[in-house]
Amino acid sequence: MKNGVAVDDTFAEAFGMRATGVIITADTPEWAHQAAVTMTGFATSVIACGVEAGIDRELPPEETPDARPGIRVLLFAVSTSTLEAQLQLRLGQCVLTCPGTACYAGLAGEESIKLGVAIRYFGDGWQIAKKLGAQRFWRIPVMDGEFVCEDKTGLTKGAVGGGNLLIMGRDRIATLHATEAAVAAIAAVPGVIMPFPGGIVRSGSKVGSKYKALAASTNHAYCPTLKGRVESALTPDVGSVLEIVIDGLTDDDVRAGMRAGLAAVCALGAGEGVVRVGAGNYGGKLGKYQYRLGELLQ
Amino acid sequence: MSRLVFELKEPPPERCNLSSLIPERLAGQVLRAVERIEIQTTRRTLRVGDVFRISPTEADEIRFEGGSERFDYFGMGMSAGRIVVTGDLGQQAGRAMRGGEISVSGNVGRLAGSGMAGGRIEVGGDAGDLVGAPLPGEATGMRGGIVHIRGNAGARAGDRMRRGLIAIGGDAGANLASRMIGGTVIAFGAAGVRPGYLMQRGTVIVGGGAEEITPTFVDSGVHELVAMRLLARWLIDEKIEGGSLLASKPRRLVGDTAVLGMGELFVLA
Repeated sequence: MKNGVAVDDTFAEAFGMRATGVIITADTPEWAHQAAVTMTGFATSVIACGVEAGIDRELPPEETPDARPGIRVLLFAVSTSTLEAQLQLRLGQCVLTCPGTACYAGLAGEESIKLGVAIRYFGDGWQIAKKLGAQRFWRIPVMDGEFVCEDKTGLTKGAVGGGNLLIMGRDRIATLHATEAAVAAIAAVPGVIMPFPGGIVRSGSKVGSKYKALAASTNHAYCPTLKGRVESALTPDVGSVLEIVIDGLTDDDVRAGMRAGLAAVCALGAGEGVVRVGAGNYGGKLGKYQYRLGELLQ
Repeated sequence: MSRLVFELKEPPPERCNLSSLIPERLAGQVLRAVERIEIQTTRRTLRVGDVFRISPTEADEIRFEGGSERFDYFGMGMSAGRIVVTGDLGQQAGRAMRGGEISVSGNVGRLAGSGMAGGRIEVGGDAGDLVGAPLPGEATGMRGGIVHIRGNAGARAGDRMRRGLIAIGGDAGANLASRMIGGTVIAFGAAGVRPGYLMQRGTVIVGGGAEEITPTFVDSGVHELVAMRLLARWLIDEKIEGGSLLASKPRRLVGDTAVLGMGELFVLA
């Protein structure tokens, strides 16, 4: 119990993933943000989207390669080949197309994957390679001038996906308010993303379904409208549940993100309608990483 | 032993080949052995000890106190370490260099950085003709690294250059980046006649205009390019004056259409 909020004696179970990062710059922060939002759209879950992606942080001009406003985007996948393929698709359809943008490596990983090295062919032979020091860039002529894109970006195989918090509140609005506070706190932690809309999932799932064609279905134990009808995980005072899924470049990043989110929710307390905080797991049998809520409170 | 000070006793009596005095070749040698290294370019034997007074130093570099325009092949083929020269150097300084740094306070002769593939050459004064160029019979000139000349450069700097950067703080001579294959050449001052003559690819930037532009270059207009901002940021990181590039909207000329025509000549003024 913390500030009137019950913290379940449980853990979040997370998995090893591949991850990469890119820096998108543009003439204004708004256009950099537009490209980043477009690139990370439909990237909520690897199950159906191929990758999980999100904005890590905004970068001031002094921290970007071309001294313009930028945004760092992180992408996570279960395999290197999927990550590379998704990066190419999203770079070509979402960043190349966005006015004034440029794209650079956003991660110095132990390995590298293709970035501009493939998209350069869009230049139809008019593309120009420019090597500055150890980095190679491609300049691709486009209708507003040139699209500048770094040749490769880094890849890490030490990333973690699936850190999570289940925030249970008195009603829907109070739960949303508490979860938004947690999302804001987690967003300030570098190296983590929350890939779902606004960082929040309202449709947590369980493995399997009564319908053979479905691999996953609604997590009925946490649906408040099914209380009394199914074996519910919710007490009578819980009226709504929201989940935050956290992917991080390292185990420590996910831990720091979960700790920040948990602290923010508990700081609001029972007075703001927060009843309980839990976490999702598979009994500890599937994921390599476990984050115990009790330890994160200390 | 690669922490040494070479103090010039008196001007050398002939042109000297100093290609042996690079960090990797001096490493592990005792002082006496270094003094006995032959550096003559005629039939008369001339040893390091005849020209220099050598002493050890605590600094992690080789220092030459006193140079000469007769000191040729300086730092030739070096791959690591740092050599500092107070004075001038002769021809082919840093020839075929692969890494490390040579810093010269005075002038360097022709063919400085010829065929170099990596590392950095800093020249406080002027450079002669053919900076980074190939020797006769070689297919390409400079293939990587940085040559930074704070003064002026002679004719055909960057001839047949493939990769890397030549930055000239002052003026450049005739045919800057002639027959260029790739890479970047910048002259912050003015350029002589026909910069980029017969260049295939690569980038040439001229800050103070050119005496004459090759007619086989075509005007592609004035542009504000992200690539220039990227280049400027990199120049600043490399401690090469480049801030003016950030704010400029240069005229871009494309050529040389007499050959491949994929190169670009930016004129800032």
